[in-house]
Amino acid sequence: MTSTESLIDRRQMAYIAAQASDARVNVELETEGMTLNIGPQHPATHGTLRIIARLDGEQVVWAEPSCGYMHRGYEKLTEVRTYPQVTALINRIDWLGSFANEVPFILAAEKLMEIEAPPRAQHIRTILFELSRIANVSLFLGDLGVQLGAVTPVFMAFRDREYVLNLIEAATGGRFHPNFDRIGGLKDDLPAGFVDETRVVMKKLRNFCDEIENLLFGNEIFQSRTRGIGVIPKDVALQYGLSGANLRASGVDWDLRRDQSLPMAWNKADWKVWTHPDGDSFARCWIRLQEVRESTRIVDQLLDSIPSGPVMAKVPRIIKVPEGEAWVSTENPLGEMGYYVVSKGDLGPFRTKIRSASFNNISVVPWVLKGVYVPDIITILASLYFILGDIDR
Amino acid sequence: MGLVDRGRLPKPLNSLLNLGRSYSLWVYQWGLACCAIEMGAAFGSPRYDVMRLGVIPLPASPRQADLVVISGTVTDKMAPAIRRLYEQMPDPKYVISMGSCANCGGPYWDSYSVTKGVDQLIPVDVYIPGCPPRPEALLEGVVLLQQRIRNEDMGARWRGEGSKPIIVGDKAGKSALKSGEPSVV
Repeated sequence: MTSTESLIDRRQMAYIAAQASDARVNVELETEGMTLNIGPQHPATHGTLRIIARLDGEQVVWAEPSCGYMHRGYEKLTEVRTYPQVTALINRIDWLGSFANEVPFILAAEKLMEIEAPPRAQHIRTILFELSRIANVSLFLGDLGVQLGAVTPVFMAFRDREYVLNLIEAATGGRFHPNFDRIGGLKDDLPAGFVDETRVVMKKLRNFCDEIENLLFGNEIFQSRTRGIGVIPKDVALQYGLSGANLRASGVDWDLRRDQSLPMAWNKADWKVWTHPDGDSFARCWIRLQEVRESTRIVDQLLDSIPSGPVMAKVPRIIKVPEGEAWVSTENPLGEMGYYVVSKGDLGPFRTKIRSASFNNISVVPWVLKGVYVPDIITILASLYFILGDIDR
Repeated sequence: MGLVDRGRLPKPLNSLLNLGRSYSLWVYQWGLACCAIEMGAAFGSPRYDVMRLGVIPLPASPRQADLVVISGTVTDKMAPAIRRLYEQMPDPKYVISMGSCANCGGPYWDSYSVTKGVDQLIPVDVYIPGCPPRPEALLEGVVLLQQRIRNEDMGARWRGEGSKPIIVGDKAGKSALKSGEPSVV
């Protein structure tokens, strides 16, 4: 036996020993998988969403949202309601932006009946639509802070949201669920003093946006918690059918308000569709902040040019929608919301398919949560922004 | 607490205990649907500010709560969770059912998946009608519940001798209260 052979032998032995000790250390440090159940009632889920996450240490291996805790059977209920009754019901799908829910359904029914609301009604509809968007997204901006441990923004959001709710209440009589849209127009005209009051409130809301931007978006902790976290690339966003701000945050320039020609007044105002190339949590939040600003601009411009005239077209007292099928979707606060209405000539729809934005928006959750750390689950869910009524319907 | 559950608490001690209980209610917010936002406005906003009534809306878990506000649509899938968390609350515990959905099913009265009223699952002390009720209505419900707690016989509560539920805005319900004080809100 030569000395080299014994040397090799020794080296091999040392290598094997090192491997063995490594293996022992690995066994000691090995983490057992754990299943974390978030929800169904959890403050961070904005309602009753349940997330089942399989963890390896601090990292998510697999996560899945479990829906259905707020399923109320809307599509079935519309079959046993008349058309005016349906609007009272669908207010409650996305409960933060109630008026925006009514519009696509009413437009679909109007399309089937081949009538169009008078220009004044279209204008007021658009104003109320944007007001409900502001009421919706301003609460998101406040809630965002709570998810990251900052409580102040939510007080500010509730403070300034009340002004918008007062406006909606003054115009429609409903603080939360207006049920103001009718087939062929609106229930009523705007009250006296609405225009001046709205201008004041829009200024307040712009101040609120600036405050939130200084307080949250410029905050170093907020940036480090959201920048580069939960990145959704452009192609993935399109494949999962995301819409609204989540899609625009991934760099897709897509807004149904601009791209569609509906009998609404968005094309009469000058505004901008914001996109962000990053696709991370920060981008999604930032896009929504800009959306509130743009909405206040739209409302301001539309207030200048409300045409005169009636707010209701000539519609029969008992509404019977002729046979046919219609699909109308609009850019709601959460994304694309559409109704596919099938009519057989009765008092109510024969079948309604509701396409709500949040259901598609959270379908990306299993993909985007793979590999993230546990605290980031909350940030990503908050930035995706869903409303449970909109998911489960 | 042995005196309490035997129903032999001296009267001054009883009223002192009740005074303390009524102004230190820890509320567990069970926000389910639209009403949860109005509950948030009542509990977490500077305009309505429930803390001035001696109510603390932020317990860490139902095990620290005296009062639960069920606000929103209760579905059949959610029902077991509500029952389970109610059972985890320590006695004496109170329930406010907020909104038409939690009271009786509301606009979903003919839905296949909605529980028609949370009172099928847990006993309710205060019903607040409305769809959704305004934050002021919730504050009124809290004030009426506090009045009831102040005049309560702890022994009777302990033995489970239930009293009639309060309905906010219902005159007959208000007169059922022992004290005739008008509500503050």
